Amino acid sequence: MQGRGTDMKVPNPFRTYARCHPERSQTVREANGLGESRDPYSRPSTRSLRRYLQAAALTAAVFLFMGAGGNTDARFKDLGHRMMCTCGCGQVLLECNHIGCKSSDKMRDQLMAAIDKGDNDDLILQGFVQEYGPTVIAAPTATGFNRVAWIMPFVVLALGIAFAVHIVRSWKNRPTPALADGITIPRGPELDELRAQARKETEQ
Amino acid sequence: MAQIGSFALLLALGLSAYSFGAGLLSLFGRDAASARLGETARRAGIATFIVVALASFILVSAAFADDFSIAYIYHHSNRELPAAYKFAVLWSGQEGSLLFWSLLLAGYGFVLRLRYKTDQRLFAYASVIIAAVQVFFLLILNFAAHPFAIERGVLPPDGTGLNPLLQYPEMVIHPPMLYLGYVGFTIPFAFALGALIMHYPGEKWIHITRRWTMVTWCFLTVGIFLGAHWAYAVLGWGGYWGWDPVENASLMPWLTGTAFLHSVIMQEKRGMLKVWNMVLIFATFLLSMLGTFLTRSGVISSVHAFAQSSIGTWFIVFIALTTAVCVFFLVKNLSYLKSEHKLESLVSRESSFLFNNLLLLVVCFTVLWGTFFPILSEWVQGHKVTVGPPFFNRVAVPVALLLMLLTAVGPLLAWRKTSLESLKRNFLYPAIGSVAVGLMMILFGVRPWEDPSYFYAVMAAVLSALVIFTVISEFVRGGRVIAGKSGQNIFAAMLLLCRRNTRRYGGYIVHFGVALVIIGLLGQPFNKEVEKEMAFGDKINIGPYTLVCQSYTQDDNPNYANEWAIINVYRGGKLITTMYPERRFYKASGQPQTIPRIYPSFRQDLFLVSDVYLVYEGKNDTTGRPIIKAHLNPLVPWIWIGLIIMVFGTVVALVPNYVPVVVTVSAPVRETAHAGAGD
Repeated sequence: MQGRGTDMKVPNPFRTYARCHPERSQTVREANGLGESRDPYSRPSTRSLRRYLQAAALTAAVFLFMGAGGNTDARFKDLGHRMMCTCGCGQVLLECNHIGCKSSDKMRDQLMAAIDKGDNDDLILQGFVQEYGPTVIAAPTATGFNRVAWIMPFVVLALGIAFAVHIVRSWKNRPTPALADGITIPRGPELDELRAQARKETEQ
Repeated sequence: MAQIGSFALLLALGLSAYSFGAGLLSLFGRDAASARLGETARRAGIATFIVVALASFILVSAAFADDFSIAYIYHHSNRELPAAYKFAVLWSGQEGSLLFWSLLLAGYGFVLRLRYKTDQRLFAYASVIIAAVQVFFLLILNFAAHPFAIERGVLPPDGTGLNPLLQYPEMVIHPPMLYLGYVGFTIPFAFALGALIMHYPGEKWIHITRRWTMVTWCFLTVGIFLGAHWAYAVLGWGGYWGWDPVENASLMPWLTGTAFLHSVIMQEKRGMLKVWNMVLIFATFLLSMLGTFLTRSGVISSVHAFAQSSIGTWFIVFIALTTAVCVFFLVKNLSYLKSEHKLESLVSRESSFLFNNLLLLVVCFTVLWGTFFPILSEWVQGHKVTVGPPFFNRVAVPVALLLMLLTAVGPLLAWRKTSLESLKRNFLYPAIGSVAVGLMMILFGVRPWEDPSYFYAVMAAVLSALVIFTVISEFVRGGRVIAGKSGQNIFAAMLLLCRRNTRRYGGYIVHFGVALVIIGLLGQPFNKEVEKEMAFGDKINIGPYTLVCQSYTQDDNPNYANEWAIINVYRGGKLITTMYPERRFYKASGQPQTIPRIYPSFRQDLFLVSDVYLVYEGKNDTTGRPIIKAHLNPLVPWIWIGLIIMVFGTVVALVPNYVPVVVTVSAPVRETAHAGAGD
């Protein structure tokens, strides 16, 4: 498999720093709570909690800032996939392949010019919205009522899970029908044994 | 010709109305007169099929006869249109495709009415419901979208031609497949509603409709994938799924239909989820109708604009009416749908089905929500917003991955209760295998932390591998047991295992196919593309391939004029193939169309196959040279292979179980053994 993944190597910031400044790396380790330094006033559980939190924050920061300063091509590709072509084809800007489509050619040139000018992503998108209207953005923005578009599926998922768990619980708690005299239902290990035997026999 | 067609449509409406009315009346009585009335209704239903088939035949004949006095033929055909596409004229436009809907529904009804002896009462109910749907379509055909309307004014010498996008071999089979799927769900819907109304005892209606549902589901699956392949091979943008509203419309009933196929197993095995199954099949039918409404109403902008008109209101009324009827009977007969068993454990096959249903419905809701959000936004904010691929990819993909996890784990869970020990035992090797796949991807340079799309790609690969390994382990485990007892080799034992429980193992094969489809989809983040104007001998380097322009030329034929480039494809300095990306200009419609060329690299890459995909974008007016866009799309061929395996799995599941013939002989026996087959 080939692609961007093969030629981009993202350095581990901590490892790079340690390699360049071995004398200071210990300080960094201590500051991050990853080294041997001890805070005599904090209890062990608080310390380890803080340590985990710091590690999590560091990891999050690494994920967040990785590739933030991407090159022009990557930004063009990213922004071009966040906008729609306005010719009426209903396709993402960079995927419009209509022969002689004037909209997409013009928009691509505008996008490249804005990137070259040094505008940030938000400014570029705003510029396109002003010129072509809100439908130029390929997905609802995370502002105002548009937030509902993003939130709703997850709300439904959460409600669905809650409902399913409720159903399962109510099913589990449903009373077992009374048995006729003399009939006993095997329970515990005896039941498991019988089930295993049944499974073995019916697997054929 | 047009008059005969019009008369046939009117007659069909009369017959189906009679089939509905008389059939309904006959259901109220149980005497001989009611039975006779019911029989006439059944025969009217059969006759409806013959008459609608006649109307369809007349429309196709008119296309072959170039009868441009019929407006539909004038707008969708021309004299030079190849014969295969003249057949496709039937479903290429609004009126014709509605006639085709009606024909398929009448065809399904025909088969159902011939098999009525299976259960006369239940079939009579189903027949009435199908007749009601048929009346709706024939009303539209007769009064709102008449396929035999006459072209006004001077008789035109030639038609305006078929949309160039539709002049592709797959277009001859994609719509019929999709429609067979859409229309087919009417049958289980009719049986479900009939069973609900008449308080049909037991789960027999599910047994009767099981094969109908699976065949219908298979048609819809094939239809959706053929549509995706058509988009890939014709539209020339290098993709296969654009989350267009009409694509979404076909996906929604597929999702609920898939949920239904799973949850009916629970009703059959454990007598549970009865209400839920009713809701699912009602929703599937209504979503099929909604899909048809979306395609035709023009309420949402779509690339499938060729079928838009003002018949949306008819569909809204029909959908509202059907929903009201379904809800009424569901509420009225709720007590009849009580569960027979209780759930014993959260770690069981039952709960895996429940959560599988939940996730399928959440994906369905997401698609529905995203499709209709632009309208909602217009109501609330006063302006439309676009809900395109970035939204669906971000919201639906994570849920779909969870679904894959359940697909992998579900088959390993036993009915009622699964012990942690057995779960561990069955799950260990597939889990190790799938984690190894993820690690290998990272080892080969895919960094999931660099980009969310890479993260999803790795997750999809891991979960697909998990599904594949669990399916294989299930086959091997069962095969070993049989091999151990019968002395057969493991492959013969696995075949026997499959034949003994075709539904279960056919289902596993379908899961295997789904995993391959997901593998095909996960290549998307690694796509590459290069666009270049090419003179003779110019090169494009893309991935390991070098594309060299050998020549470019043009031609002319009665239907279209075309120009194309001749591109040699090299890899490692060795010529692999020659490709001919083309651009056509259709004379009748005056529209241009690109014909991309695709080369899947199975011979070079085997499992890590890529598509070399070339598009002739046009000519530079100044230099006269062609502009070629080259795409390298990794893994895409697995999508189509996955589809073939899914279809194969469905066919396996449709085959009746192999039951060894038991020959009884008289012998003194003290005890009897009772044998059964598990699922």
